Amino acid sequence: MSAPDAPPAHATHAARPLSDALLDPSCVHCGFCLPACPTYSVLQTEMDSPRGRLQLIEGLGTGRIEPTPQVVAHLDACLLCRACETACPSGVAFGERMEDARAAWHDAPRPLGRRLVERMLTRVVAAPPFVQRMLLGVGARLLALGDGLAAPFPLPARVRTAFALARQFDPRREPELVEGFVAMPRGRARLRVGLLLGCVQRHLFDDVNAATARLLVRAGCEVVIVRGQGCCGALASHAGQRESARSLARKLVAACDAAGPLDRIVSNAAGCGAALHGYPHLLPDDAEAADFAARTVDALELLDELGLPPARRAVPRRAVYHDACHHAHAQGLRAAPRRLLEAIPGLELLPLPDSERCCGSAGIYNLLEPRTADALLDDKLSRLHATGADTVLAANPGCLLHLRAGLLRARLPIEALHPLLLLDAAHRVLLDDEGEALLDADHAEDASA
Amino acid sequence: MTPRDPLDRLLDSFAARLGAEAVVRDAGRLHVYAGDGSPMHDALPRAVVFPRDTADVAAIVRACADARVPFVARGAGTGLSGGATALDGGIVLALNRMDRVLAVDPVDRTATLEPGVRNLAVSEAAAEHGLFYAPDPSSQAVCTVGGNVAHNSGGPHTLKHGVTVNHVLGLTLVQPDGHVVRVGDGACGYDLLALLTGSEGTLGIVTEVTVRLLRRPETVVTLLAAFDSIEAASEATSAVIAAGIVPAALEMLDAEVVTALRAAFGFEFPGGAQALLLVECDGVLPGMDEELADVSTLLREHGALSLRAAHDDAERAEIWTARKKAFGALGRIARHYYTQDGVIPRTRLPEMLRRVREVAARRGLRVANVFHAGDGNLHPCILFDSDDDKTKRNVLEAGAEILRHCVELGGSLTGEHGVGVEKREWMSTLYAPDDLAVMARLRDALDPSGLCNPKKVLPLGAGCGELSALGRRAAL
Repeated sequence: MSAPDAPPAHATHAARPLSDALLDPSCVHCGFCLPACPTYSVLQTEMDSPRGRLQLIEGLGTGRIEPTPQVVAHLDACLLCRACETACPSGVAFGERMEDARAAWHDAPRPLGRRLVERMLTRVVAAPPFVQRMLLGVGARLLALGDGLAAPFPLPARVRTAFALARQFDPRREPELVEGFVAMPRGRARLRVGLLLGCVQRHLFDDVNAATARLLVRAGCEVVIVRGQGCCGALASHAGQRESARSLARKLVAACDAAGPLDRIVSNAAGCGAALHGYPHLLPDDAEAADFAARTVDALELLDELGLPPARRAVPRRAVYHDACHHAHAQGLRAAPRRLLEAIPGLELLPLPDSERCCGSAGIYNLLEPRTADALLDDKLSRLHATGADTVLAANPGCLLHLRAGLLRARLPIEALHPLLLLDAAHRVLLDDEGEALLDADHAEDASA
Repeated sequence: MTPRDPLDRLLDSFAARLGAEAVVRDAGRLHVYAGDGSPMHDALPRAVVFPRDTADVAAIVRACADARVPFVARGAGTGLSGGATALDGGIVLALNRMDRVLAVDPVDRTATLEPGVRNLAVSEAAAEHGLFYAPDPSSQAVCTVGGNVAHNSGGPHTLKHGVTVNHVLGLTLVQPDGHVVRVGDGACGYDLLALLTGSEGTLGIVTEVTVRLLRRPETVVTLLAAFDSIEAASEATSAVIAAGIVPAALEMLDAEVVTALRAAFGFEFPGGAQALLLVECDGVLPGMDEELADVSTLLREHGALSLRAAHDDAERAEIWTARKKAFGALGRIARHYYTQDGVIPRTRLPEMLRRVREVAARRGLRVANVFHAGDGNLHPCILFDSDDDKTKRNVLEAGAEILRHCVELGGSLTGEHGVGVEKREWMSTLYAPDDLAVMARLRDALDPSGLCNPKKVLPLGAGCGELSALGRRAAL
């Protein structure tokens, strides 16, 4: 019942057929999500809080409000970091509801630039890996060319950062891992696991994938690089492109199925892991997808569960651990990575205040909503700087790219790395003249001492 | 170009002052500002504006007064009585962006704050000096000090330390005509601080608050006692207070609430227990053991099934997180809840709780109880799942009935949630017409135009005018 002054709440706009979850009003409006929400802290309007967004979704779902550009912009301004789920005492599945809403109002009016970037990037991630490699190669050459040509001119910081960031990667380098590869442990395998390479990770952070495979083998796993795996569909799902997310998910499930019996399916990117866990929601009534999701595990979680033999060498660094949102909030993964890192000799793990606060990367959010993403990044950088750390560890390629861009722009001498790289550095067998060692000579000497 | 109505012109002027982004005026987005923490009261505002400082607030209020547009201040929207809803087609001044801690004075032990500062942020800002801000509503991580002043908010620890009015030392107030005045900071003349604290935003908009900070207690111990009935827990509460012990907090949670907490946080409840009592003792180290022993003995004598003491901060934080998020956690066992805020003499707790149960049973409703047992401030939460008007009417009527019982037992309508829209019509069950008329005259004197958060606190009855006419007659 409304107060007598409330206007009548008629459904004036077309209601959409939505899942029950979307209209489930188990949000009791307590507001505990407000201080937890990164976008609320930056934008400071109720529409940019989880509680407000749920009300917008409810209003849209019941037809009480119209999907105007202003309204839809607030749905798009959500990072999908799911920090609100950690804060919510009522257990509202906010991430699922936001993805449902973005899918339901996918055709709502949005700025042209946003539509183009979103469409292009979600197509690229869904493309076959060899096409992605080709595109990346072309992109890198263009960037190098632009970098050379533009060198004498003053450039906006953003562009300069993009050039500098591009110089960190060499797309022509051959990947260490190829699909179909199987690595066996010494003796009998404890588990047979499928390793997912990730659509971004496999091209930009291939060293992380190689490190993951080595560590899993060291923990006693037979590691299968599943053939024909493609993208998990996370980006498409976040962008409301539900059908394309579904087809990517089905393809991945089928690819893993074809790889023979797998005890676990391992991902090493927080965003992918969260998406895999979400398959039962994306593909309801699909028993195979549910079974797949139940076997999904993050590499750090599995390594913690299986245990590693003692480290082979020290890794002398002062590091902080940044909890990727889709680790902490989506998978409740907080202690396992820290336990693994604390076991590395020589590694000093410093506390990072607000380590679970989103850095602003959020998939392609930093490209679509640069203002908010930069505000969150600046906040993260000042906290990083204050710790005095030389390394920031983040288990997600999006976070790593975003943090690296920020560190370059702010000229901070901090390295952003995937935690599995440090773990691998402590555990891998260093071979003579293996030029790919992560650690420089000094560190390696320290370590062997 | 279409001619613009006066409200549009007004909003244009706000946009010119604050920036277009700081004025929300489209129906879709205004939807999220229709309500607060209460599931029962909402009203669509005509616009929402985001002032940055006192001068902004004064300019907006003055312009509203000139254009005869009603206005209401809003903090974090955690209120539970519809107090921040914009009735009569008013506009909302969202003060959440005025969130600077202006000063912390560790010597005088005060903090000066903008109204949008979160309650918990005050204690966080004071922590480095070993100080804290005592009033601690359950929503303290979210709610703002401006809202706390408006509602004279309490919290678990106000049993020992008092409510907001006991901690406010000075206020900057934008009066309903846009004039800015400073109130308090001294003890002479009329006590306007006491008048304004708890006035629910009907006498002006507070834009700066100076509060008292307290020194953190040397030692804190939290006891958790389980009882086989809520009556036994109530008796134990009375026994502790009667023994002359003033715990820092004395909170009760019933079985329904603990079910929700278990679902939300894995909070464990000793088997067979129907009520939990949370007793916190704080103070200086000498004497603490004695006080703890006394409390423990009393709790055991009154039937405590088990007793657990949390000594370290982590263990205490776990208990308090569960307690403070208890309301939100009710979403785990029901789609909606409607919480009441009755006050009764502590000795009538068992009888009152029995009456609450009877009301609920008769109406086929479930009730969960989580409340400040130590000061007799009840929060029966009526749980319901359906959105239809019939259910909501039943729930509202149950709430009204419960409050009537509170008044009958010598209590009051609200301890800390405010009267707002929700309880304005029930004020006449507590006050005689003459009593209400004095309040109406006071309000008329300070807000003659009636534009400042209209239709809150005082009953509409046959209309405000009539009530004030009544008041004038009474004063003759």
